Amino acid sequence: MLTITDLAVKFPSRFGDFTAIEDVDMTIAPGEIHGLVGESGAGKSTVGAAVIGLLQTPGYIAGGTLTLGDTDLRDLSDGQAHAIRGDRISMIFQDPQTSLNPLMTIEDQLVETIQAHSDVSHAAALKRAVDLLEDIGIENAAARIKSYPHQFSGGMRQRVVIALAICTDPELIIADEPTTALDVAVQSQVLDLIRRLARDRKIAFMLITHDIGVIAQVADRVTVMRHGKVMETGETAQVLGAPRHPYTRALMDAVPPLDRRIDRFRVPQEADTGPITQDNAAEAWLLEGIEQDPIGLSLSNLCVRFPGTRTSLWRKPDPYVALHDISFDIRPASIMGLVGESGSGKSTLAKAITGLVTPSSGTMTLGDDTLPGGKSRSRHHPSRQLIQMVFQDPYSSLNSRQTIGAILAEPLWFYGFTPDPSDRRRLAASMLELVGMAPDAIDKYPHQFSGGQRQRIAVARTLLARPRFLICDEPTSALDVSIQAEILNLLKDLQAKFGLTILFISHNLAVVRQMADDTAVLRNGRIEEIGSTEALYANPQADYTRTLLSLTPVMPISWQAPTG
Amino acid sequence: MIAFLKRYEGLWLFVHSPAAMIAALVAALILIGAVFAPWIALVNPYDLASFSLFDGLLPPAWEDGANPKYLLGTDDQGRDMISSILYGARLSLVIGIAALTIAAVLGVGLGLAAGYYGGRFDAIIMRIADVQLALPAILTALLIDGIARGILPAAIQQDLRVAVLTLAIALSLWVNFARTARASTFVQMKKEYVQAAIMMGQRPSRVMFVHILPNILGPLLVIMTVDLASAILLEATLSFLGIGLPADSPSLGTLIRIGMQFLLSGEWWILWIPTLFLVALVVSINILGDFLRDVFNPRLR
Repeated sequence: MLTITDLAVKFPSRFGDFTAIEDVDMTIAPGEIHGLVGESGAGKSTVGAAVIGLLQTPGYIAGGTLTLGDTDLRDLSDGQAHAIRGDRISMIFQDPQTSLNPLMTIEDQLVETIQAHSDVSHAAALKRAVDLLEDIGIENAAARIKSYPHQFSGGMRQRVVIALAICTDPELIIADEPTTALDVAVQSQVLDLIRRLARDRKIAFMLITHDIGVIAQVADRVTVMRHGKVMETGETAQVLGAPRHPYTRALMDAVPPLDRRIDRFRVPQEADTGPITQDNAAEAWLLEGIEQDPIGLSLSNLCVRFPGTRTSLWRKPDPYVALHDISFDIRPASIMGLVGESGSGKSTLAKAITGLVTPSSGTMTLGDDTLPGGKSRSRHHPSRQLIQMVFQDPYSSLNSRQTIGAILAEPLWFYGFTPDPSDRRRLAASMLELVGMAPDAIDKYPHQFSGGQRQRIAVARTLLARPRFLICDEPTSALDVSIQAEILNLLKDLQAKFGLTILFISHNLAVVRQMADDTAVLRNGRIEEIGSTEALYANPQADYTRTLLSLTPVMPISWQAPTG
Repeated sequence: MIAFLKRYEGLWLFVHSPAAMIAALVAALILIGAVFAPWIALVNPYDLASFSLFDGLLPPAWEDGANPKYLLGTDDQGRDMISSILYGARLSLVIGIAALTIAAVLGVGLGLAAGYYGGRFDAIIMRIADVQLALPAILTALLIDGIARGILPAAIQQDLRVAVLTLAIALSLWVNFARTARASTFVQMKKEYVQAAIMMGQRPSRVMFVHILPNILGPLLVIMTVDLASAILLEATLSFLGIGLPADSPSLGTLIRIGMQFLLSGEWWILWIPTLFLVALVVSINILGDFLRDVFNPRLR
């Protein structure tokens, strides 16, 4: 039905045309879910935008054909293209928070869309809207339709977005990362809905995602893209199960499996990540600085409350409980995994340990010493050096106005390790080598590096504080899978070499399984389950853990890379 | 060449924006003229001995009855218009830049601290700023001027005119800086590099000035150019109203006030030439400010 041949999209710039995608061929049949997978910058979204005619200016289609049924999509006037959008092609966006108009009720948005595309009365449009909402799983739709978007939860909102997309009976829906902003439980509901719509209504889906697990779960056929070109296309089982292209193979290798633990990810050696050299000065410096044994952390009855929203001028507002009665021990030189959905309090816990948030009760003990919480921890407390943190977003964790050298020298200077600036520079350069970067990066600025490289620099900075306890807060969730594999390997190596104790926070159960010795499952600020990782994944005790595990998209065993 | 321009994106935009180039040229000419006024100008308008009443009210060189020595004519005192304008611009720029510097230091410092500490400190600073915003700039200046006249002995009042004027202008401009600095600081405080610095236990002053300040300089620079134009205009307004600088040390505003008396008497140049000069100065600074805003905001390109 949708046929794309030789599609090329270019973006003119001052320095010549930039080719975003070229030689893209693809066909999608009615009722087919066609996965479009690739890492960032692969040009997935550009394909979708070209089909629906919403390329970002000044991008233009430089060649190829695009046909939907018997309509040539390149041949349309602006008016005709506008009529086709919504009527025959719809779009589902990534973030349900921003793709609905917050000032209009769901009723207004649905009725407006239906009436814009077919000549029906308001009452008929409303009836259709209510039926549609019932059909996609919103209970009591006749009453709920009067609500505003903010009165729905994230998953419900994404259902409303889907309702908006299908209310005009389109032939093709382009879904651009439709579940990326959602928690696993909600994600699986949305994916079920997409599958049902494709089956029952014969709607074709172009499912754009970076998540191979999602593709494996719902897509009939899949196209793998890289650098604007199609690497491989075919039946999902064939492409993922028996990939022909080495890139697909590498991509599959980098996906952490949920059902077993592998020691190292296989990553293709990139040019800029040479092997860690022997006799590294930074390594010697780190090892020599280890005067004390690996350090453990124990939390007992830790509570964090935030002031709630005031509902009355006279009453004190009820506090919002972010963490409730958290107690666990992290053994010295072990990795504790912390999993939970968004809002479960994972990051709050990290902030409480680092002293950015003041706990309202409970105690923290680092090694043998009590760790004062929040504001009562002085600026010169030893824990400020012993505890370091790797942040989630490598684009904001490095000061963009400082050179890499200045960023790396800061902990050395601040903790008074090396008074001499040239020593600091030398040590910073060899630390870059230790984390797998070229030492000449030292005079560059953060924006000259990719996300994965920045994350390596961030790791280097934490190591230069000679930490004994590392908190990694979603260190790879902003990165592509192949980069994620590299960073996870790096963290494992460093942990083993220097006997670091790590608290590894992630929403991704598969990643935690690869990293952690013990795992704690957090939900709504309470610990649901805690235990050794192997036992917890093999035999989960709490219902919540079981649900989480069963909803995480997995690939059939036979598709996975052989253990190695 | 391309690599060079890619690196200096702002320069590329500059050479491709005729408006910005003309504005920069005009502003640079005025600045040079103002700085070198004592060497360029024909007469010193502050020195009563250097001009003569007999040369009064001469029209510009292209009109009948002009003295070619005075290219743009003279005013009623016999002062050469070009000289008066150059000296006036010098005074206006000095007051404008000094006021701007005070406003920027005060505003950015308070704004940074408000954004960093938040809570009660932030609330107090921002309420003061709100009160300041509720008073029109001219009213603030009049107030300071009135207080200065009330408490300062008459003898030194004359000498402190420039200082009082500068302070008055600075006090009405700092709010812009404070609000922008605070808002940008709030954004930076959420960034993880700031959290990392706080976590390490770095001094608040270091976090504010070494980490946050360089990252919020962009919008502040834009405000600086736009506010320089406001400061010059404000000075001109105050002098025009007669509470700024006296007639014997004229700034641009004073010159325009003097010219007002000749608006309908046929000696048009005494009013119009300083006015057009002021307009050219303010417009070119504003165009440069707009240009800077585009450079710092990639989305507007």
